[in-house]
Amino acid sequence: MEIIKRAIAGTLESSDAYVEIEPGDSGIRCELESVVEQQFGDSIRRLAEEVLADCGVKNANIRITDRGALECVIRARIEAAVMRGKGE
Amino acid sequence: MKNNKVVSSLAEAIRLSGLKDGMTVSFHHHLRNGDHVLNMVMEEIAQMGIRDLTVNASSLFDIHAPLLRHIENGVVTHLKTNYMAGGIGRAISSGILADPVEFRTHGGRPSDIELGRTPIDVAFIAAPTSDPMGNCSGKYGKSACGSLGYAFPDAMNARQVVVITDNLVAYPMLDWSIPETYVDYVVAVDAIGDPSGIVSGTTRITRDPVGLVMADRAAQVIRHSGLLKDGFSFQTGAGGASLAAAKYLRDIMLREKIHGSFGSGGITGYLVDMLNDGCFESLMDVQCFDLKAVESIRTNPRHQEISASHYASPSARSAVVDSLDVVILGATEIDTDFNVNVHTDSNGSIMGGSGGHSDTAAGAKLSMIIAPMFRARMPIITDRVKCISTPGRDIDVLVTQGGIAVNPKNQELLLRLKDAGLPVVDIHDLKEMVERTTGTPAPAREGGRVVANVIYRDGTLLDTIRSVPAK
Amino acid sequence: MRRSMLFIPGNTPNLLINGGFLGADALIFDLEDAVSPDEKDAARILVRNIMKYMDLRGCETIVRINSIDTDYWKADLEQIMPRKPGWIMLPKTGCAADVLTADAEISRWEERLGMEPNTVRLMPLIETALGVENAFAIASASKRVGAIFLGAEDLTADLRCKRTKGGAEIDYARSRMVMAARAAEVDVYDTPFTDVNDDEGIRTDAEYAKSLGFTGKASISPRHVGVINEVFSPSMKDIKYAYEVMDAIRLAHEQGRGAIALHGKMIDAPIVARAQQTIAMAEEMGVGKAVQHEE
Repeated sequence: MEIIKRAIAGTLESSDAYVEIEPGDSGIRCELESVVEQQFGDSIRRLAEEVLADCGVKNANIRITDRGALECVIRARIEAAVMRGKGE
Repeated sequence: MKNNKVVSSLAEAIRLSGLKDGMTVSFHHHLRNGDHVLNMVMEEIAQMGIRDLTVNASSLFDIHAPLLRHIENGVVTHLKTNYMAGGIGRAISSGILADPVEFRTHGGRPSDIELGRTPIDVAFIAAPTSDPMGNCSGKYGKSACGSLGYAFPDAMNARQVVVITDNLVAYPMLDWSIPETYVDYVVAVDAIGDPSGIVSGTTRITRDPVGLVMADRAAQVIRHSGLLKDGFSFQTGAGGASLAAAKYLRDIMLREKIHGSFGSGGITGYLVDMLNDGCFESLMDVQCFDLKAVESIRTNPRHQEISASHYASPSARSAVVDSLDVVILGATEIDTDFNVNVHTDSNGSIMGGSGGHSDTAAGAKLSMIIAPMFRARMPIITDRVKCISTPGRDIDVLVTQGGIAVNPKNQELLLRLKDAGLPVVDIHDLKEMVERTTGTPAPAREGGRVVANVIYRDGTLLDTIRSVPAK
Repeated sequence: MRRSMLFIPGNTPNLLINGGFLGADALIFDLEDAVSPDEKDAARILVRNIMKYMDLRGCETIVRINSIDTDYWKADLEQIMPRKPGWIMLPKTGCAADVLTADAEISRWEERLGMEPNTVRLMPLIETALGVENAFAIASASKRVGAIFLGAEDLTADLRCKRTKGGAEIDYARSRMVMAARAAEVDVYDTPFTDVNDDEGIRTDAEYAKSLGFTGKASISPRHVGVINEVFSPSMKDIKYAYEVMDAIRLAHEQGRGAIALHGKMIDAPIVARAQQTIAMAEEMGVGKAVQHEE
């Protein structure tokens, strides 16, 4: 699946994550800003790669601004951003 | 001739006080995040070239950020305080002071001052109203803050006492808090603070549904604790969920016609409402949080100002906290031994302090922590808190949205809550439940050198706080 | 046992992740009114993930999808059905045909997903004058319908009257709903009480609904959940009496007696039926045994 346009999902409210995705040409590039970087930063980055792989996205730039969202919420926001960015 | 203590300027007062390198100056925090006095005085001191001072302030707020410059420049080399807001705390946590900050409690500070453990050379009293001889009060004036409770030990024990006011009235002002007998100099300035930062217009309870559920549970715990009966005494913090708990408690007391004895501590409009509704006979007020509290302490004789020592000193013959039935407190972390951290955030950076936390917890028959199971994915319950602010032996119960954990030392409470059908859960199970939801956080990095010592109310060292690299 | 149903807005993570901790018997994940049109897609993914990954601690799940006159409802079902929700709540149900339309789509999903037919139950939300008049037809339109639910806010708008705290304007609708539901042998749920700060009001309103015969009540505030559960639970006195009734029946059987009296009152079939319901609920609440122990 290809990301053909820039798309966003989520909010900057507490317990949510704001996800921006845009087309890329050199694999997955992930940028993360998180209030729980120290405790969960690595696990969130791993999660992002896993979710994109599950969605079949091979090339994309993704930026996640995390406000302490649980994993299932971050997952939902990435999935929504992908769905909006694949432009079908 | 001692019939006029008014001096022409702050600089003159500092000069007359005999302040020299290496001495200690003190401040109180009733003007909270609207305080101009600490900054004004320290700026003057810096310009006079005095260095190597100890600042003993009952609390520090982010408005006091200019203090960081005085630390960098060597004007201030030691800090003693009971509470430090996050902006100042981050800088301290990054290690800008060579010697560790000394954290005390609202009761431990006056105790140590009175016992001569932490002598003060010059106390600066921010006074919303004063007469020329230094009879002063917080109840009147454009910068009115209500009680001046935390300033009493400073005024009564400092070698020199300077009152700074923006409302100089004719002698004698009546209904003073601190009498002229303790005051050396009076300085009039344009503004001692910004009223919008001093007290809130109104303090509001939380609108967060999860906070309201916790508050509801907290009120039920009190109701079934066996302590809620005529003569009941109560204190709560000004956090949104704690205030909501007070509101629900009020509803219960009114419905069941329970006439309490007193409410204490930092006073908000909610406690004033409880006083006026007959839930309490009196309020014991060391600090006012909102305009309603200020208005009440000015007009209602049953709303009594108390000094910091009277409030919480462990070395006083007795203090108000010793007569407390129930106190509701907050936590940034609590561990499975019920130790509570209110000093540092989840990264170990300073963003608070005991205030009256461990004093009231030690005094009250029932000490309740009210906190959500997680904040922004950070579990509230840990194996070991990063900093022990209040030892677990003084905490009876933790109330969260997911359940109520009772300290096993209080078996009677455990049975009472179980009988009442409240959702009681073992704190270890609660911790596990939280981590199932949030995931297990990576262990905190081990910090560097000690940037603060947490001194328990009896003067013993309770814990240390280590540096956190600045981002 | 479903006494309280708590509405949770479908695109609000902070509330969704706390849903399981708020004491409600059932959670209504709302994809309809609580979600703006341009967030419908994100909300259904979010709700789907909450259902997939969160421990909801035994709460029943109800998903309020968008009404069948919108472009959203089929996409809602596409995301939600694989999570096997306990219930689909169908807003603005006006007649039996509406139920059958939704029923057919849900059946298609059940088949595609290999679920037993009628695994996912349907709770029509009746909130129009037409819906109230057709309440029995709606309640009995399909085996899938397990309960009907009254929505008074939209209804009063449709009736062109003001929604009041006393609720006289919905008296007819409430009675009609209860009658229809009981005739169709399904459960019936009362509209939420919307003043979040009126603690006495919610109790009075819930007690009134119970007195009319409602099974339970929905809520938009977690704080109302406790009161609703309390009001719609049998009291300790009721539970004790129910056990006494069953003991008396057993004793009479053993002694081969026909007519049975308890405390000087004849026990007839309706009393026995009610006692059985009460005991079932008490046991689910975990208090049945406690009361027996007291004996």
